[in-house]
Amino acid sequence: MDMQGRWEDIDHLLLRQGTLVGPEFEPCAELRESLHNDLRVLVIGAGGLGCELLKDLALSGFGNIDVIDMDTIDVSNLNRQFLFRMHDVGKPKAVVAAEKVMQRVKGVKVVPHYGRIEEKDDEFYRQFQIIALGLDSLEARSYINSVVCSFLEYEADGSPALPTIIPMVDGGTEGFKGHARVIIPGVTPCFYCTLGLFPPQVTYPLCTLAETPRSPAHCIEYVHLIQWGQERPGDSFDADNPEHMKWIFDKAFKRAEQFKIAGVTYSLTQGVVKNIIPAIASTNAIISAACALETLKIATMCCRSMDNYMMYMGTQGVYTHTLSHEKDPNCLVCSPGVPFEVDSSISLQKFIELLLEDPQFKDKLSKPSISYQKRNLYMQAPPVLEEMTRPHLNSPLFELMEKAGGTLNVNDKKLTGILRVNVSFRGHNDTVMDMDTAGGG
Amino acid sequence: MINLFSLKQKQKEAADGTGGRVPVKKQSAGELRVQKDISELNLSKTTFISFPNGKDDLLNFEITIRPDEGYYMGGTFVFSFKISPIYPHEAPKVKCKTKVYHPNIDLEGNVCLNILREDWKPVLSINSIIYGLQYLFLDPNPDDPLNQEAADVLKDHPKQFESNVKRSMAVKNIRKFATY
Ligand SMILES: [Zn+2]
Repeated sequence: MDMQGRWEDIDHLLLRQGTLVGPEFEPCAELRESLHNDLRVLVIGAGGLGCELLKDLALSGFGNIDVIDMDTIDVSNLNRQFLFRMHDVGKPKAVVAAEKVMQRVKGVKVVPHYGRIEEKDDEFYRQFQIIALGLDSLEARSYINSVVCSFLEYEADGSPALPTIIPMVDGGTEGFKGHARVIIPGVTPCFYCTLGLFPPQVTYPLCTLAETPRSPAHCIEYVHLIQWGQERPGDSFDADNPEHMKWIFDKAFKRAEQFKIAGVTYSLTQGVVKNIIPAIASTNAIISAACALETLKIATMCCRSMDNYMMYMGTQGVYTHTLSHEKDPNCLVCSPGVPFEVDSSISLQKFIELLLEDPQFKDKLSKPSISYQKRNLYMQAPPVLEEMTRPHLNSPLFELMEKAGGTLNVNDKKLTGILRVNVSFRGHNDTVMDMDTAGGG
Repeated sequence: MINLFSLKQKQKEAADGTGGRVPVKKQSAGELRVQKDISELNLSKTTFISFPNGKDDLLNFEITIRPDEGYYMGGTFVFSFKISPIYPHEAPKVKCKTKVYHPNIDLEGNVCLNILREDWKPVLSINSIIYGLQYLFLDPNPDDPLNQEAADVLKDHPKQFESNVKRSMAVKNIRKFATY
């Protein structure tokens, strides 16, 4: 099926030794077969970056790719999301992208998932060996980061347990600027470790919007944030509803005329309301290429990974810079937490007492509040929450933690961040836990 | 890191077991941080907090302020707080649920407070916003108006402003959503 020479370039990487290869790299033909047959990659996002990524990965020899995206194709996507055509407008991006890549690259299997990333469960994400992100929102990145980091387990010696790691390769672009980075949970910084790298959203003072608008964006934001609520009370604004967007545009246009401000257009309205920065096709191509290459490096170890963040600037010439960001040792999402073994019979109250007595915690804590996953087990303040959570104090911690060890988040005024405590119960290993669960049901 | 040759084996093992896994409920970064903020809240005697969705949803809560001095003494003002999953990267969304005659709060409940928008920084906390809101009632600012009419009255006729506030609060107590 393969035409002659199809894999020649990939074979240069996979069949030869080199000085830059990753640990335990053994050049051999099976690598390419395994890349094609066994490895599964998930691409999140089938937009500007996603189209590029899917094409790049398929052409690099990845044989099993899944793609997830919740959007449908809009006519404004067609200039750069090159897998889509006019007749695809209105169809799900993931579905069309998967079809097109399979048509063009023989032998690749692309499975589309049309929906939100939050709708998929852990088992879905655990199927993949690498996840490549082509997203434009910080929320989505932050969500997937917390999912993937939650799979991470640490060995007794504090090193991350390799089988629990799913590496992520992330790309992002804003006009002529972009970044590509490699996140290996537990090894390199996660999104949360470096949240400060993302610029804050541009916001304007509400009173300026209301009284002294000076730019087209001010007029649009006024209609979006204030006038909508006044004139369409009870009607919740949906940025994906064209009628809503048109309404905002019309009103913003009138407001701009009133204040003698020029420049309110429909696409600017979309940009301001959805906080979109114009996308540049070449930036997407460059960033995706970097991401696809990193994905190939992680998958085959044919070269050591980028360490760990590459920024690209295309505004004046072409400039890139790679820098090694550091992990936050106390990161709320990816840090190992402090191991703490307790008896399975103790109550939450007793547990708090033990924390306060323990030499490794006692100087850091005075009145600790404790939560587990999404449940607040005990909150010291405010009084209304203290009262609601007080009944837990007498419950056995073992029951509160659903008969499994895990990470408790401990909050205390004396701490600058959150203390993560990894609780394990004496005499309860996994087998015992399973029997308990079976017997208790 | 990934040993391609052990993949087949791993996939087989995954298919064999772990069928009855309970999905772990993920806490967003915002939830983790707001938990910290809330466990450290320092509420004055004029401020109250409530959690309409119970003790495990800290992303949505209400703050009630009952000023004990100034123009708004004796009034009760309820604010809804909505915390984003990427809090504190993004400021909480705060709306005033009580109709109020105030230069910096419009009749739809939008609040003009700099730290809710252009001056928000991740080092600020829920406490900082509550202080800011309390301050709005002690010292309404006619120079940053959201309700221009109220601002003009405050600037030019403070006495009139005072009696407008009193009247609006009295009206509100009789009929909750009356406009004035
Ligand atoms: Zn981290």
